[in-house]
Amino acid sequence: MNGVRSAFGLAVVFGATFALAQQGSMDKRRSGYQDMGAALQKMQDDDSANPGMLFVQLGGQLWNKPVGVANKSCADCHGAVASMQGVAARYPAIPKGRDRPIDLEGRINLCRTENQQSEPLAPESRDLLSLEAYVAYQSRGQPIAPPDDSRLASFRDRGAEIFRLRQGQLNLSCAICHDDNAGQKLAGVTVPEAHPTGYPIYRLEWQALGSLKRRLRNCVVGIRAEAYPYDSPDYVALELFLMDRARGMPLEAPGVRP
Amino acid sequence: MSNVLINAPKAAKPGEVIEIKALILHPMETGFRAGTNGQIIPRNIIERFVATWNGTEIFTMAFSPAIAANPFVSFFTVARESGAIGFRWTGDGDFKVEEQVVIAVG
Amino acid sequence: MSSRRAFVAGAAAITVLPFAPALATPDAMAAAIKEVTGDASIRESRVKLDLPPLVENGNAVPLTVSVESPMTEADHVKAIHVFNEKNPQPHVFDIRLGPSNGKAQVSTRIKLAASQKVVAIAETSSGEFFSASADVIVTLAACVEDII
Repeated sequence: MNGVRSAFGLAVVFGATFALAQQGSMDKRRSGYQDMGAALQKMQDDDSANPGMLFVQLGGQLWNKPVGVANKSCADCHGAVASMQGVAARYPAIPKGRDRPIDLEGRINLCRTENQQSEPLAPESRDLLSLEAYVAYQSRGQPIAPPDDSRLASFRDRGAEIFRLRQGQLNLSCAICHDDNAGQKLAGVTVPEAHPTGYPIYRLEWQALGSLKRRLRNCVVGIRAEAYPYDSPDYVALELFLMDRARGMPLEAPGVRP
Repeated sequence: MSNVLINAPKAAKPGEVIEIKALILHPMETGFRAGTNGQIIPRNIIERFVATWNGTEIFTMAFSPAIAANPFVSFFTVARESGAIGFRWTGDGDFKVEEQVVIAVG
Repeated sequence: MSSRRAFVAGAAAITVLPFAPALATPDAMAAAIKEVTGDASIRESRVKLDLPPLVENGNAVPLTVSVESPMTEADHVKAIHVFNEKNPQPHVFDIRLGPSNGKAQVSTRIKLAASQKVVAIAETSSGEFFSASADVIVTLAACVEDII
């Protein structure tokens, strides 16, 4: 079964690829990758060892699988997955004919319901994450590039507002840790700047691949606030803000994080 | 539905020492964790990994619950004749996955 | 606190525990090692155990064991056993090797429940044992979720 061997025809990528990408520039921003030890960086860089690649492979199988009443696969409309280059780098975005932004998962489910005439995939389900990983992988190495859409401004402002909002029993805002104290230690671990450069990530804590939503929920629970429901527009607003804040940083999907 | 990623050279010279890497999707539930109901989540691990070269065993590994989820293994072997490098994982719950890759040696 | 010398000398005074402990102890690791090596002496050489000294999450710790050996029919490593001292049970993994491996080296990722010592024991075709150990500090990522 030849599909099993390095199915993407890619050479194994070693070395601190992403650290180097930013080193030459004046950009002082740090991806979570740079806050990890060498062993984990190596795990992310090596496609034959990165557990996220198992999900990318699954996504590749799903890409070609016809589903729904329309009996169409992703490939039937989009052709080869190379057409997805740059897509993950410019989400969240407002779909044609709509007035609110959606994230990449929302976009995949929109295709499922409207174009394939099938059920949407459940949040954090293996199929949804695998497709998301497969699509995001096509943008690996590309700079985060939020779209130039003036309609996004109010949603992005909402995201900025949440980022600065004190929440939960610990009464902390995202900004207090990730802006004011990034680089300092919390329980022996370096506080990252919280740029969404690696999503979907294989988080060692989860022993699985997960979305930015899942990670944001961890943060919200971490400060002892109640996690917003999965379909809350606040996640999309936050992601819009975070992607804008990380503008220009290279995407690393699928990232590995502790 | 198995999900396996094998990384092995497609070709090698006879006598060359090559590295083989294998990654497989598996929860490797240790049997020591409790769920939210306080009950222990039952053990579900891969117990054994065997690699063969044209049917002859070249590497065997006995896993324990201390092997991480979605297990990764890298080992070395001397390239012999052309053929198939086989992989077999077995474990709890009649878990059995077999894969193979071909290699040209000469 | 059991030191390396305790099991290197094949200490006779290891008690067999009548029930599985909730968490392994250095004694349980020593007992597990003795099951493999018996009363043979274990030399701390030839084995290299690569583990990060500080680990951000104990769920997947990259580990590499390599043993200096010509890997010939006459002189090769025939097994590598890895143990831990603070997980719920002392074994990590065992591998069988032979001259056809060419190189006595294996890499994998392991789980470590707490900061602890990990020990690798290599067994050669002549029945000798060599070992190496490493101390790993395990921290945990902050901001976790509840188990679902």
